[in-house]
Amino acid sequence: MIDTSKGALLAASPTLAAILVAVAVGLLPVATIGIGEGLVTGHIADPYVLRILWFTLLQAGLSTLLSVAFAIPVALALARVDFRGRRLLLRLFALPLALPAIVVILGIVAVYGRTGWVSTLTGSPINIYGLSGILLAHVFFNLPLATRLLLQQVESIPPESWRLAAQLDFTQQARFRLIEWPQLRASLPGVASLIFLLCAASFAVVLTLGGGPSATTLEVGIYQALRFDYDPARATILSLAQLILCGLFVLLAGHYAQAAQNWPALKGISERYETHSTRSVLLLAITIGVATLFVGAPIAAIITSGIVADFVWPAVIRAILTSLAIALPAAALSLVLAWPLARASAKAVSPTTRSLLNLAALLTLIVPPAVMATGWFITASRAGLALSAAPYLVIAMNALMALPFALGTLAPAMQQSMAQHDRLCASLGIKGLRRLTLIDLPVLRRPLGLAAAMAFMLSLGDLTAITLFGSQNLMTLPALIYAQMGSYRIDAAAGTALVLALFTMAIITLLDKWSAKA
Amino acid sequence: MIGLEKLFFRYDDFTAEFDFEIARGEFVAVIGPSGSGKSTLLSLIAGFDRAQSGRILLDGRDMTRASPSDRPVTMVFQDHNSFAHLDLWTNVALGISPALRLDSAEKKAVDEALARTGLQALARRKPGEVSGGERQRVAIARALLRDEPILLLDEPFAALGPALRREMLDLVKALQEEKNYTVMLVSHHPEDARYAATRTAFMSDGRMLAFEPTEQLFSRRDLPELADYIG
Repeated sequence: MIDTSKGALLAASPTLAAILVAVAVGLLPVATIGIGEGLVTGHIADPYVLRILWFTLLQAGLSTLLSVAFAIPVALALARVDFRGRRLLLRLFALPLALPAIVVILGIVAVYGRTGWVSTLTGSPINIYGLSGILLAHVFFNLPLATRLLLQQVESIPPESWRLAAQLDFTQQARFRLIEWPQLRASLPGVASLIFLLCAASFAVVLTLGGGPSATTLEVGIYQALRFDYDPARATILSLAQLILCGLFVLLAGHYAQAAQNWPALKGISERYETHSTRSVLLLAITIGVATLFVGAPIAAIITSGIVADFVWPAVIRAILTSLAIALPAAALSLVLAWPLARASAKAVSPTTRSLLNLAALLTLIVPPAVMATGWFITASRAGLALSAAPYLVIAMNALMALPFALGTLAPAMQQSMAQHDRLCASLGIKGLRRLTLIDLPVLRRPLGLAAAMAFMLSLGDLTAITLFGSQNLMTLPALIYAQMGSYRIDAAAGTALVLALFTMAIITLLDKWSAKA
Repeated sequence: MIGLEKLFFRYDDFTAEFDFEIARGEFVAVIGPSGSGKSTLLSLIAGFDRAQSGRILLDGRDMTRASPSDRPVTMVFQDHNSFAHLDLWTNVALGISPALRLDSAEKKAVDEALARTGLQALARRKPGEVSGGERQRVAIARALLRDEPILLLDEPFAALGPALRREMLDLVKALQEEKNYTVMLVSHHPEDARYAATRTAFMSDGRMLAFEPTEQLFSRRDLPELADYIG
């Protein structure tokens, strides 16, 4: 009976229950304290809360606008010309989101900071902290993502459209107006919503480059309310606002939320039968050159400033071990959660069941980590377990944060394997544990490895859960970097960042190899 | 007329060679298995692919190096002949002016082309709101408006049922006779060739193994490739 749709759903029910409990524990205090005390104490109309809400919307809105506005010409240029190193450039564009946020931020500071490259070159120090720094960092993270998503749109234009354009002698303007723009326009709301969501829930950027009441977002406000002011009522009110905001935009972003997780594959360039004038070639070269410099410089800075940095080896080694002790079980837990969900969704007959299961996986996008952590933190403190339970809470949180990504990799492969093998297995009577060891595990080895590596990488770079639950005795690599930045030992932070970057790069290389074979 | 002189084309390890002539006003079909080079042939004539050597003569002029828009050719594709966000009228009007600035005589010509292809009632519909056959009529209406002497059809009716395919062939044939167009039709269906083409070419592996009057081609027994293809 395990092979039926109901059976698979039944097998997934413990996982669903576990996720439900995790979310309930996270949201219950938000509901009780937040709405109860929040209303009583007047926190809801608190000018501080309103200011944070306003700043969250402002920075996310501006970040989205800038990212998408710059991504459009870059995507159009990349769709128009093939050149040596184009593939390499697209891989470079994957790095800002793949590398741990804190590492990337160090790179940005090394380029644009007070003593950074740009300041040294121009001779006038730039202030990177506050709104402008947050916008810069968010554009750095999201311009490549938006470019990639839009490029995918342009590349999916049927080749016949370009042939038609050539036959009907379209001008450059006509090509844009009649072919490219309609294609882009359809995807812009989804892409913009996704980027708005990522910026609204962004934690590391605002934590390091923002701060102070004038440049704090909901996500960071929650952390400050919990860890500095110990004001659960305010934390829960902020959580409530964040919950509504993110829920709204997950709905708007729709399937793009999933598209971003799978880092869409590109079809490759189409023949467009264009003749380029010298002016247009120059314009394309400048567009691509500026984008390359913008994305490449901070990445290069991570390496160059890392090489000359101080390596505080005892602390770094302790942090590596802590990171491994967190990331390995987190990745394993993430797989254990994802497997039955993927199975149930592959088996699901009714589309409602399937979309419900997908929603379960998107939960951590709708309920941002800081929100869920608020509830866990309050519940654990009440039980007097805040310190001793901390490592387990970080592991559980990281596993949940990686779940959408793990599921996104595993579910399609599972569905394909089921479609291929179900009938044969049924006719041969292979089922249960035998089916798992004989068929499913060997066939799904590669997607399982991919999902595990992705979850491991995410946990390795996580700063949200570790800053909320961590302490002097529980310090992962990102937490160590943040602590070193906080005590102005930028050189030490750069060294630790290089170590973390190398770790991540090794995993990315492995992932690339695997997914190329898959 | 269409003349290909010792035309040689290579892409990766696929090669194709052509040397033939088609007279003005002829209706010719090209058949053959997938990957035999039928579409490549049309792409070479339309200017979407470039040959390594040889010459292409269209309407008596050397067009070997001409850009697609300079050739006296309209090509109809199997799919994506229209832009999904524009209504049928606008899609047809693009045949006159990509900037869509039309004077009243040109607007009348668009209306007439739509009427001739039976689309006048659907002029304000989007391609997504009409049937597959009607979508292909848009491409034929546009070809009529462009009024180029050479019409290349790259399996344009492959997705349609037999009755509808015949209806579309009737339309193309009527236009061809009326306007004296030179038509080349690539098709997967031998019966299309039998129905409409005076001469038919059979292609295999980048070469034309035979190019002769249609009935004569189908009665040949000495071509094992043709026998394999028709079955």
